[in-house]
Amino acid sequence: MTLPSSPHIRAPHTTGGVMRGVLLALAPGLAAGAFLFGPRALVVALVCTAACAGAEALFCLAARRPLAVADGSAAVTGLLLALTLPASVPLWIAALGGAFAALVCKALAGGIGRNVFNPALAARAFLLLAFPAALTRFPVPGADALSSATPLHDMVRPALPDASVWQLFFGSVGGCIGETCVPAILLGGIYLLARRVISPRIPLAFLGALALTALLTPHGQPPLAWAACQLFSGGAMFAAWFMATDCAAAPASPRAQLAYGALAGALTALLRGAGLYPESVTYAILLANAASWALDWLLLPGRFGAGEGAAV
Amino acid sequence: MGLKRLFSGGVHPDGRKALAPPSPVRAVEAPALVAVPLRQHIGPPCGPLVRAGDRVRRGQKLGDGEGLCVPVHAPVSGVVRGVETRPHPALGTCEAIVIENDFLDLALPPAEASAAPSDLARAVREAGVAGMGGAAFSTAVKITSSAGAAKTLIVNACECEPYVNADNALVCEHAELVLQGARRIAAAVGANELVAAVENDKPRAAAALRRAAALADARVAVLPARYPQGSEKQLIRAVTGREAGYGRLPRDVGCAVFNAATCAAVERAAHGEPLTERIVTVSGRGVRRPGNFRARIGTPVSALIDAAGGMAENTARVVAGGPMMGFALDSLDAPVTKGLNAVLCLTADECSDAEGDVCIRCGKCAAACPMRLLPLEFWRGERFADAKALAHFHVCDCIECGCCAYVCPAKLPLVRSIRAAKRIVKECDLP
Repeated sequence: MTLPSSPHIRAPHTTGGVMRGVLLALAPGLAAGAFLFGPRALVVALVCTAACAGAEALFCLAARRPLAVADGSAAVTGLLLALTLPASVPLWIAALGGAFAALVCKALAGGIGRNVFNPALAARAFLLLAFPAALTRFPVPGADALSSATPLHDMVRPALPDASVWQLFFGSVGGCIGETCVPAILLGGIYLLARRVISPRIPLAFLGALALTALLTPHGQPPLAWAACQLFSGGAMFAAWFMATDCAAAPASPRAQLAYGALAGALTALLRGAGLYPESVTYAILLANAASWALDWLLLPGRFGAGEGAAV
Repeated sequence: MGLKRLFSGGVHPDGRKALAPPSPVRAVEAPALVAVPLRQHIGPPCGPLVRAGDRVRRGQKLGDGEGLCVPVHAPVSGVVRGVETRPHPALGTCEAIVIENDFLDLALPPAEASAAPSDLARAVREAGVAGMGGAAFSTAVKITSSAGAAKTLIVNACECEPYVNADNALVCEHAELVLQGARRIAAAVGANELVAAVENDKPRAAAALRRAAALADARVAVLPARYPQGSEKQLIRAVTGREAGYGRLPRDVGCAVFNAATCAAVERAAHGEPLTERIVTVSGRGVRRPGNFRARIGTPVSALIDAAGGMAENTARVVAGGPMMGFALDSLDAPVTKGLNAVLCLTADECSDAEGDVCIRCGKCAAACPMRLLPLEFWRGERFADAKALAHFHVCDCIECGCCAYVCPAKLPLVRSIRAAKRIVKECDLP
């Protein structure tokens, strides 16, 4: 018999608790989406989350692995994906995306914690390539019609969007379910900070780099207004707090987290100006995901005793 | 006290110090049979100096050796039964001298003592003093090797491990003795600054140290309670702002750190009195009347638990030392040693058996690491036996304080994994 190793006491945190914290932090964004885009937003979220959790459960059964669904991570992935889809998306596409995230992006990568890419974002990238029309036409709050002209489309011209900065901030513009209402996103983000599920390094570096890149490349527009519109339109704010911070696909070293966040933010601004789609935050973060282990390797935390305090 | 004077990382486990308050300190009577391990220190074991049938008196030397070896002394008077392999609280088993107690407690007269600082190391060695905070390094060797280099002498009364109150109890009762010993060490090593460090969750000990400090020309640093404040490297950082990194000793940054109980033992050694007893905390919800006990070295843990009212049936684990770095005991016959500060009887709701194997890379371990390492990379590196990555992420810097495993939501056995990882790196001869 081997005796148990120290430490003999453990803090009460659990993986399930971390995941429940993220689900709770996503609730304001989902509620805002339901308010802005109607109850169909809730149906999309339910279908996507159920498909993701169901696919993971089936995989576990088929692979004769212990059921990992209880840890809540599949629900987080499914809900994250749903919040980056338009409320008008066909439900079968939402279900396909959820299942793709669980099976291809997560299970085949080795399961929770082993995925190089954020599974929700990778699944969104897949849907965007496979069904571009369904993912780039959005319901507009207060109107019945679908429109593919979100404020970001205006900015491709380039021009400041028709919507005011305040409309962008509160989210009464066309867009995906969880991405338009900035106060709801910040509420969730602050909750994650307070619960210490995330550190502020990645979101702040992301948003700072995005704003700075926009200020430096204003495409002939007033730089401050341009930067504000870049921050508050599209999926940048949501992605900064909830997508880039997916811990399995992000670095763990504090300095590497800053570099990773800044890389994703700067790439978002650059790809928005140069990419095929008006919104490129998905690809910007996936690229940063690919760099995250290298960043951890290169930017270790300052070793104890190696810094200025070391000298006598 | 600016920000730079604190250490990074660390955790705040529930202290549970109130279970075994620092006073009163109850005495435990030495049992009929005591077993004195020949190795209670880091270094080679003592060779026995007595044989079966010999009569010994309390304070008589039972074993000795060379180099880092620290001699051991008879804690009671009686007849030597022999040298036997016995349970040991930290080593599993160890050769021990077993004495049949005659309950007469006949003591040798104190050895000749010299007050000269240059004679201190020899007196400390002859008295068998080894670090009493847990590591049990030869105190005499530490004094000799610090001489000339250490300008700041730090008395470690932090006792940051939950439950443990042995040093707290000693300091509340004998703060003067502790600081007199520390002053003596400071004179021997040539330190010009004497600092007594204590955490702010022990106000009585802090007050006692302040009163004694006025007489001993010392300063008292009351530090915000945080584990592992009592770790030598972290304590030096908290008190002086200096960092002695991997492979560097306190003297390399001009410091020497001595545990409070060790300082008291040094003062007694200077008066010719060998180390034959210490204060041990007996605590945890699995013990009926927790408290602090003055016990002879060699007293079995079971006698301590009996003195504390016995063990409750729902005790899940008995731990020698604190809950963060202590060892699980498989035998209650293991004796009190010089470095044993606590015996904890933990119930199932106090100690966790949960063990997972799926890292979610949440990074809580990195935030808690007081050495600013990335324990999650050690977990990965150990699983893949990736010696290059383990060395790159400096696994050998780890002090095994257990903060990472304590905070891990996935309940990974990180300390065990890191010990294995260090072996992987050392086998490949990487730094």
